[in-house]
Amino acid sequence: MKKQNTFIVGLAVLVAVSVAFWLMLVAPMYTGNEINMTRGVSSLSREHYSLHMIILWVCAVIGILVFTAMFTSIVLHRKSKGHEPAQFSHSTKAEIVWTIIPVLILIAMAIPATSALVKMETPTGAEMTVKVTGFQWKWKYEYLEDEVGFVSTLAADSNAARQLGSGIDPTSVDNYLLAVDKPLVLPVGRKIKFLITADDVIHAWWVPAFGWKRDAVPGFINEAWVRIDEPGTYRGQCAELCGKDHGFMPIVVEAVEEDEYVAWVESQTVAHVAATEEAQRAWDFDELMDRGESVYASQCATCHQDDGQGLAPAFPALAGSTVATGPLEEHIRVVLEGREGTAMQAFGDLLTPSDIAAALTYTRNAFGNETGDVVQPSDIAGINKG
Amino acid sequence: MSSITGDDVTIGHDEAHAHDDHDHKPEGFLARWVFTTNHKDIGTLYLVFALLMFFIGGSMAMVIRAELFMPGLQLVEPDFFNQMTTMHALIMVFGAVMPAWVGFANWMIPLMVGAPDMALPRMNNWSFWILPFAFTMLLSTLFMDSGGPAAGWTLYPPLSLQTGDSFAFVVFAVHMMGISSIMGAINIIATIMNMRAPGMTLLRMPLFVWTWLITAYLLIAVMPVLAGAVTMLLTDHFFGTSFFNAAGGGDPVMFQHIFWFFGHPEVYIMILPAFGVVSEILPTFSRKPLFGYAAMVYATASIAFLSFIVWAHHMFTVGMPLEGELFFMYATMLIAVPTGVKVFNWVSTMWKGSMTFETPMLFSIGFVVLFTIGGLSGLMLAISASDLQYHDTYFVVAHFHYVLVPGAVFTLMAGAYYWLPKWSGNMYSERWGKIHFWLSTISVNVLFFPQHYLGLAGMPRRIPDYAPQFADFNMWSSLGGFAFGLSQLIFVGVVIHCVFFSKQKATAQVWEGAKGLEWTVPSPAPHHTFTTPPKVTAGMVAHADDH
Repeated sequence: MKKQNTFIVGLAVLVAVSVAFWLMLVAPMYTGNEINMTRGVSSLSREHYSLHMIILWVCAVIGILVFTAMFTSIVLHRKSKGHEPAQFSHSTKAEIVWTIIPVLILIAMAIPATSALVKMETPTGAEMTVKVTGFQWKWKYEYLEDEVGFVSTLAADSNAARQLGSGIDPTSVDNYLLAVDKPLVLPVGRKIKFLITADDVIHAWWVPAFGWKRDAVPGFINEAWVRIDEPGTYRGQCAELCGKDHGFMPIVVEAVEEDEYVAWVESQTVAHVAATEEAQRAWDFDELMDRGESVYASQCATCHQDDGQGLAPAFPALAGSTVATGPLEEHIRVVLEGREGTAMQAFGDLLTPSDIAAALTYTRNAFGNETGDVVQPSDIAGINKG
Repeated sequence: MSSITGDDVTIGHDEAHAHDDHDHKPEGFLARWVFTTNHKDIGTLYLVFALLMFFIGGSMAMVIRAELFMPGLQLVEPDFFNQMTTMHALIMVFGAVMPAWVGFANWMIPLMVGAPDMALPRMNNWSFWILPFAFTMLLSTLFMDSGGPAAGWTLYPPLSLQTGDSFAFVVFAVHMMGISSIMGAINIIATIMNMRAPGMTLLRMPLFVWTWLITAYLLIAVMPVLAGAVTMLLTDHFFGTSFFNAAGGGDPVMFQHIFWFFGHPEVYIMILPAFGVVSEILPTFSRKPLFGYAAMVYATASIAFLSFIVWAHHMFTVGMPLEGELFFMYATMLIAVPTGVKVFNWVSTMWKGSMTFETPMLFSIGFVVLFTIGGLSGLMLAISASDLQYHDTYFVVAHFHYVLVPGAVFTLMAGAYYWLPKWSGNMYSERWGKIHFWLSTISVNVLFFPQHYLGLAGMPRRIPDYAPQFADFNMWSSLGGFAFGLSQLIFVGVVIHCVFFSKQKATAQVWEGAKGLEWTVPSPAPHHTFTTPPKVTAGMVAHADDH
């Protein structure tokens, strides 16, 4: 009679607990929100997804069993129902059982987990290599087999909308915070190796559709790889706190078919040659000011602000500053080499000589600074080599 | 009383009463509280301090959740947001949870082992009074020109080295907290090892005493490691060394290894005493001995040992060799075994008991359920290949808040309700205690459960703004956060009412099923107890002797 009672209540509780788990783990999918890990578009990401689902269900089943036992007891063994307390205090048999069974489950879990990890850590046989460098707060990509490389930053419309009190509705911006000016273009089907590092602080490069993230550590190079299965646009973000704009340095990958990729590399190489020629000619003042304004907006204004007033105390004003109105060569060096111990980074490897020359001309002649200096790309190249 | 005066039990408190009747409390505020060497008064100081820090750290969490209420930046600049997340963690870990446990240890360990006071009373005073200065200094950095620390509580270089001159104050504050913790731990070990009453053998000690003994060893082992790590940051920042600067021959990843060698035992420092409290409360309200006492002690010791060899599971994405990743994955998975033993033993303790559901019991049951959820998501995080997706997302945030809020904080609440009548001599309002429990339990799940979804869907942690697809669950989470924050004000009301206004006097026994030496002294516990040691015999503690 009593045993039967326990069984019936236990069954009812099991149903209730299972429904509760269903409500927590499955039902939220019907709200139309993404609530689960992406399957992604590579063999690694699918493997990590299936590992995640296996361990999730193992945990769910363990949780359901434990909570069923517990709530059955809570329903039945109450003083208010006149239940007399038993006085047992241990059971060697039970304790051995619930030590051994979890060990077996863990061993069973460790096998696929190990093989997935071994696969992840085998970046050999790659057909191309992309070097990824994290900067505060942008990503630089270099295609090591080709003369192609560029810096990728948060798209301008997202950047405008994300300012405190901008008044711009984020939902009105395309892919708010997940769009960049220049996406990383990659071919589908090739095994691509990434060499990941950073210039200033630690960042982490993460595209969920590829199935992993990897820290970008200054002074060290980490490896990872992907073979993308389907063309598409895949978005991710920096995943390691890297300072004030950590939330604003997204990653966008455009995966394209092989022939499209080859054509893209071609066009980039042509652009690279054009940029080199551009750096060799002399520019006039208006041309430099125009280019400088846009370079300043995308590269400098985050810290020094649009009006050149900076953000005290970490980010000094440029308007009337001793650097921006002082000797030109020192100003160039600060921009090229950065300032140790501050957020001022070295732009020498980040921007082209034309861009740096334009930005310098602009800052020395805007915000009320009236040096009248015209900085040529060739001035930059000269100092950069020295 | 019947439960403890039966059979062969001898109780020493008759003699103790005769002495305790005139209390010898020092007169005057300064003498009573500032110069105190009394374990109960120092315990009270710790607990009040921890509660204050809980609300300061909590108000920072409110700023965080308010900014994350919807996409776009509405309230604070990103840098201030980062200061809030950093300070919230530092305050909650070092200012709220750890001092609260030391407060419990001060109050309860002498009462539980039948000692007249802590072994080193003057050091006890000092270890408390360091804390207000440490936290004043830490909080003052928020008002300095260069702002508070904003690199996360983990203080990873090189980012943390970009903090301005206020960084020195942060480092020195951490040093002071460490000194306080180490002294507290030495005191606890000395008390437990030397001052147990006759008959209180090691394997007769209440589980709370056991878990604190093991916690104290963890503290002594790892707080110096943290002190070393932050000192190296200090010299890197101000004196030109390059411990963590690759350009100078150092290694930024080395800091992470050192930090987490401290940091992983640290999470057990916060949760082991919680295991102890739950192991006291569940038997009391189930009216049944704790199941598997010896296994509980060994499981605690195993968890403590394993906590030293799993640290790099916080660093699976940092670029370790495959062999290293495999080792740390296997070792981390192993922790599930002793932790599982604990959960199974708690359920078995309740099984076939005669349960009642007063507030301490409700918080303990809430702990077992929600801590188990946090433990299971911890097992998921151990799988290093899928951790490459989970790492540094809101899934991790959800995981550690489940083990720390409905984990550590719920048991702090449970313990406070459980022993408050013993401390104050009055009963608290059971009705408001239950309201506090239900509001906290509902809101804490609305607050943290959706964060699992956010993390899996791809939202990184420590960002002040997010893409609109994360908006719905962030709004839920924020609403839950505000409700949870407000619910804690009820606790303050209940405590003030209980201590100063409650008309319902507590008996010495307080709870029908309670066992242990602390229930043999009157309520409120007199200023001096066990000046003559009690004799402890079988059946006096919350577990059977025949383990």
